[in-house]
Amino acid sequence: MDCTGLCEVLTQGGTDPGLAQFLSILLGVLLVVTVPLITVIFLIWIERKIAARIQDRLGPNRVGPFGLLQTFADLIKLLAKEDITPASADRLLYNAAPLLSLAAVALIWAVVPYTPYHVGADLDIGALYFVAVASLGTLAIMIAGWASNNKYALLGAFRVVALLVSYEIPLVFALLVPVMLAGSMSMVDIIHAQSGMWFIFMAPLAGVLFFISSQAETGRAPFDLIEAESELVAGFNIEYSGMKFGMFFAAEFLHVFTNGVLITILFLGGWYFPGWQMPLIAFMWLGLKAFIPYFISLWIRNTVPRLRIDQVMKFNWFFLVPLSIVNVLILAFLVMVLKEIGWVPVDETGAMALAQAGFIELLPMTIVLFISNVLICVPIVNRLRRMGVEQRAAREQLRTQRAMAAGD
Amino acid sequence: MTLQAFAPIGVLIIIALIIGVIILMISRVFGPHNPSFRKNAPYESGMKPIGPGTRRMPVKFYLVAVLFIIFDVEVIFFMPWAVAMRDLGVYGLIVMGVFTLILVVGFIYEWKKGALEWE
Repeated sequence: MDCTGLCEVLTQGGTDPGLAQFLSILLGVLLVVTVPLITVIFLIWIERKIAARIQDRLGPNRVGPFGLLQTFADLIKLLAKEDITPASADRLLYNAAPLLSLAAVALIWAVVPYTPYHVGADLDIGALYFVAVASLGTLAIMIAGWASNNKYALLGAFRVVALLVSYEIPLVFALLVPVMLAGSMSMVDIIHAQSGMWFIFMAPLAGVLFFISSQAETGRAPFDLIEAESELVAGFNIEYSGMKFGMFFAAEFLHVFTNGVLITILFLGGWYFPGWQMPLIAFMWLGLKAFIPYFISLWIRNTVPRLRIDQVMKFNWFFLVPLSIVNVLILAFLVMVLKEIGWVPVDETGAMALAQAGFIELLPMTIVLFISNVLICVPIVNRLRRMGVEQRAAREQLRTQRAMAAGD
Repeated sequence: MTLQAFAPIGVLIIIALIIGVIILMISRVFGPHNPSFRKNAPYESGMKPIGPGTRRMPVKFYLVAVLFIIFDVEVIFFMPWAVAMRDLGVYGLIVMGVFTLILVVGFIYEWKKGALEWE
């Protein structure tokens, strides 16, 4: 590893090179961990405020200005609660689950590039690392459900296996699209490839698929049947109290925003914004753009009802999985054809290179890909609408028949 | 890229776990601690728990887990192809098309067999 920045300064100051390198890594990692942990405190406030507004309430408004300090009050309350471990629970797993849950989300932030120069670890397998680490959260929820020795918790854990695990497939297929376009799995390279044109314009369908599956991965409505307050009480975290519950809570809230950040990196051009290239502003752009998918996620969460498990599974296996596979293959084919025509910007070796190309050079390619995505969507949406109409008609007929039978 | 690039992640895992343990320790110290038999019993809507908490699970969930493993392994094969797509060109696309065809045949078989139905 090269020795730059703080490491270089320390080495020149006479520190042992190994120690200097360790210290600079430690400082970087502390920064990487601090950002999400501080963000989550405000995310909880934002989420509660938005949820309240959608439901025509005021939301937290007593503690501090606009209720901003509400989360701190809740934190103190949770810390002062009794820490209960159920008698028949598996003590080790029961206590390890909340730790794993929070660590899994914090680990995703290691590959999030805050600015072009500030990234925890710019792995060249960043996208694969995200897939691997994100499924750790699923594992934590499974462990929690199993170790609690509670029927509701166990039912919640079963649903997690079914739901989160299924929705990971369209998630990864959608993730393939930016990887394919950028020709790299490194998050920094993926953002650089979007300097001319954001991938959401080239592959809107992949963006939507990624958003839907990430909504399911976080277990938010309409996919919130892991928690399902009204049937499973709280699902996997039913036996958890005090700060252990708080950690699950924080991990979930943070995960939603983390997904927003990832959508920004993969589809919304990361820190790029037309006309702005300054590193410090870059961080701001990343955060601001991440709020777009984050807000839509909250909006959906507070608007739509919960789906049944069979509906959720059907939606995934019969709709999202085939669509995501078709999407990847059609996109690959089109990119290949466009390259033969010469509409794809290439570097001197003849390979596709989006990073060096400007907006105008990328425009024809983007238009073709966008239209192809729309063309894929039109028959599917039509078919879905027809199915919906048929189902409604069948239901209506059933109701009339019942009414007539009751009348006789 | 060497293994050293993963050093920050190793440190991050340790720090994330340490922070978690500290938070749990704080709540241990500040919270009250007086367990009782009733309090430590598993929650079951206020009734006495009937039977063990861990019971047999519907085989449906097991089936989904198996399907997931098959698909996830296949998705991982797509990953290196996606990275190298611009170098592999038409040959890579044809190979991946054949691979996907095999995948889709399996998928259709599962579909027709009813493995994906939830009833």
